[in-house]
This record gives sequence, structure tokens and C-alpha cells, in this order.
Amino acid sequence: MTIINKAAWDKFKDCDVTPEEVYHDRRRILKQMGFVGAGALLSSRANAGVFDLFSSEEEKAAFARVALPHAKQTEYDHLLYGEQTPENKVISHNNFYEFGTSKTDPVDNAQGLTVNPWQLVIDGEVDTPLTLDYDDILKMLPLEERIYNFRCVEAWSMVIPWVGFSLAKLLKKAGVKSNATHVAFETLYDPEQMPGQKNRYSGGGINYPYVEGLTLAEAMTDLTFMSVGLYGKTLPPQNGAPIRLVVPWKYGFKSIKSIVRIHVTDKQPRSSWNLLAPSEYGFYANVNPQVDHPRWSQASERRIAAGGLFSAKRIPTLPFNGYGDLVSGLYDGLNLRKNF
Amino acid sequence: MNKKQLRLTSRSLFWLKGLMHCIGLLPIIYLVLLVLNDKAGGDPVQYIIHYTGTGALNALVATLLISPLAKKFKQGLLLQTRRLVGLYVFAYASLHILAFFSLDLLFAWGLFFEEVVKRPYILVGAAGYLLLTALALTSFKAVMRKMGKRWQKLHNAIYLIALLIPVHFYWSVKSEIIEPILYFLIMGLLLGLRLKQTRWWKQLSIKNSLRGRQINSQP
Repeated sequence: MTIINKAAWDKFKDCDVTPEEVYHDRRRILKQMGFVGAGALLSSRANAGVFDLFSSEEEKAAFARVALPHAKQTEYDHLLYGEQTPENKVISHNNFYEFGTSKTDPVDNAQGLTVNPWQLVIDGEVDTPLTLDYDDILKMLPLEERIYNFRCVEAWSMVIPWVGFSLAKLLKKAGVKSNATHVAFETLYDPEQMPGQKNRYSGGGINYPYVEGLTLAEAMTDLTFMSVGLYGKTLPPQNGAPIRLVVPWKYGFKSIKSIVRIHVTDKQPRSSWNLLAPSEYGFYANVNPQVDHPRWSQASERRIAAGGLFSAKRIPTLPFNGYGDLVSGLYDGLNLRKNF
Repeated sequence: MNKKQLRLTSRSLFWLKGLMHCIGLLPIIYLVLLVLNDKAGGDPVQYIIHYTGTGALNALVATLLISPLAKKFKQGLLLQTRRLVGLYVFAYASLHILAFFSLDLLFAWGLFFEEVVKRPYILVGAAGYLLLTALALTSFKAVMRKMGKRWQKLHNAIYLIALLIPVHFYWSVKSEIIEPILYFLIMGLLLGLRLKQTRWWKQLSIKNSLRGRQINSQP
């Protein structure tokens, strides 16, 4: 064994012998090498916190968001139940397994996502397939702000002001053919940028890319929204930049993020959570307090709202997340207990 | 080096226990700082519940590690730290449950009985906590003396707890199963180290050695 005397050791600092980019990226590298205990896997946020509190290490630069000109659309505001969730909570409590499975992983790991250039393809059973780049996405259709209830299948919820346009308007641009019955969506697949995609198990067992789907009737309902922003600015990556789906009467996992392809089809598309655990997550995934998840109840939800720890509220969950008047007609004759 | 010098003395045991208290308390102070500094994510409730639950699980691993370490390094006195660490398991589990009732359910007992009993992972966790409570209540020396042989029998429940709690964890997650599986493996290893002490193993090895002799004695 080599004996290092103290004098020689003191000559070098960590940053002298380590390339700078490796030094600054060391936590991610350690993680990738698997040098983490069970506890550290749980929350990289907690580790970052140690440094925040007890030294002055800089955080990675946050993703730059731009203000979006938009009109306010208040048609659905009467269906909101509760105050808006503060922006800092909306953008720091996310499920986006492509960037890690803990709630704070996406905000920690997604800041470097490249959204420009971006390519969104709309194809399948359409008259004119479209390929939209980043500017097209933001400028092709007039943007409006809509405030929606958002309910996660894990029984927490938020109220979020989205900016975007209805999916129907986008699909009309491409022209949906008469034989179409469903619309399929696909998230970006890029393991270099999305560490959760590198290994099936670090990404929560999902077989990437993440895919989702709607019936054509669901897709053409005005309530179904394509979001490009929230709180008046472009989406941060952890919320699905540059463009995501928002289907407010369904559990959050249906609202697929960072979309690269919208495929109009004549078959029911696959959806990622349904593929992973068909007994727990159905294709429809409509918010339904009467149909429990096999392992937990869906009768109530914890509302994430303004205020500190002791201001948390638990509220009853509403059928279709409060949007029943607008969408229950889409499911006439369908057994929603069976088709959960 | 003289082997005697490496023996744990009751004086050093005192300091070791002090160190263990620090290790047990620091994460709680850290959690309080995180929450006060708004660093516990957008939903601190879930964060706290998860954090304290993982704390209990880690303390459980530490408890189960003590006797194999004591045996390996021949430090009998080390066994005296088991109660301390064991009570930290109980303390973290209590915080975990307290956070669940106060911050998540907001003391809605009706809700608890109506819907929480539907969640099997909570029932498994609750079973583990009841056992843990029994162990904590009987951890005093006076009770230990009074219980005699039954004390050890009761406290063997820690091995059952070591299996129940990872099940509780595994069952509670949506699909991020790596961490629960790691705990299963760790617990399996820690329980495996004790296999040789079980009556079952002893009987098995007696049987095997008898069989071995019979085979050898055949002409």
C-alpha cells in the first residue's frame, strides 16, 4: 500500500485533481456508479439540502422560462374547488420518472433539458401530418390561460393556471380522418438527458418511452388542453416542457409530459401505467372517488395549497375531479367500475 | 497490539452511547431545518412521513447489526446499546405515525377507520408498530427481570418486525421498488446471520451429521 504523507496530500484540493465538469457533477456521477445507500436513493434533494444549509455550494442554474402572451379563459373557473397552488409548489413537487422517482428528483435533475430545438410530430389518421418546431408550438395557436383542478392517482391535488390551447384546435389543423377512433401520445426518449430512462428500474419499472392515449371524443372535448406554460411563463422541464397534455378529469398520469408525437389512430393505444400494472391503472383513469386503487382509497385527497406544514387540507374527491357536467356524457353506457 | 486494549470498557461504552444519541437525533434536527427552510419539497407532509419512516427502517437495520458485530469483534458490552438503538426505531416509527395522523389525516379518525383500513400496507405497518410498542414498553430492566424467559420470546418479535416493515414499504410505493428491495435484502442478510442460532438449524445440522455418520458407517 502506498503511504501518502500529509504534506503531499495537502498540496492538492479536490478541484485540482478532478476535471471541473466532473467535480460539479460529482453527485450525479456517484449516483450513476451506484455508490449510494438505500437512504440516499430516496432523496437527492435531502443531500443537496445539506450543502445548502451548511455551506455555500451553488445550485445548478434553473431552466430559463419566458413570459407567454395569453388571454384569460375563465369559462371553467366555476368548477374549481380551492385556491391556486403556489407556483413554487407546482414546480417542485412532480412525478416525472424520466428524471427520477422521488417528488423532488425532477426539479433537481431536469433543469438542463434541451427544449429548443424540439420536434412535435402529428401523424397517423390525419389529412396533413404536421411537424412542429419549438416556435411553432408556442406561436401556431393563440394562447389562453385556464385554471384547472389537478388530481394525482396518489391522492394529492393542486389547482394550476396552465397556458396553452385546446387539443381539438391542434388536431383540426392536421384534419382528423373519419376512421380515427383514438389519439396516442409519446414522451421524448433520450436517456442521455433523462436518467430515469437509462435503466428500467431506476425509472420506476416503466418501459420507456412513456406513452398515453385518449379516445377521439375525449381528445376533441374543449376541456382537453395542450399546455405550453404555467403561471404565465413557459413550462419548466419538471412540469413537461415544452408541451404537455392536461386532462383535468383524469388522474395526473394521463397528462403526459414533454410530448414528441401525437399519433391519431383507429385502435386503442397503449398507456404506460396500464402496461406496468393493469390491475391498478386502467386506460380511462377517470377520477372516481367510488373506485379505489387496489392498495389505497381514492375517496379523499390532500390539497397542496399555500401556507406551511400545518395548513394542509384533506378534501373529498369529486367524480371526474369536478368536471362531471362537462364530460360524463362521454361515458354513457360505459361501466366505469370495470373501465376504471 | 494487545488484544485487551481493544475491549470496550464501560467508560467508552458511555461515550459510544452518547455518540449513538447524536446519530439518532441529528436527522430529526436536520428535518426540522429542512422544513423550516422550505427545503422539504412542495409537499412537506409526504416528505416528513417518508423521511421518518426511512429513519425507523435505518434504525432497525442498526439494531439488528449490533449483535452480529458484537459477536464478530468479541465485544460483549456492545450488546448493551441494543435497547438504546431499538428505542430509536420506536421513536422514529412514532414520529412517522404521528405525522401521518396529524399532518396527513388531520386527526380525522372517521376517515381513518373508513378508508385507511382499505389500505393493506397500512395494516401491515400498524401490526409492526404494535409489536414495536410491546417491545418498547417491556424494555425497562425491571420488566425484563420480571418477565424472565418470556422476555426473550417476546423480543424475538423484532425479527418479525424486520420482515413486516419492508413489506409495508414495498406495498406503499407505486412502482419505485428498488429501495424497498434493498431493505429486503439487507434484512434477509441480517436474519440469515442468525440462522445458525435457531432451533430449526440446530436440529437440521444434528440430523445431517447423524445421516453423515450412518453413511460413513455403512460397509
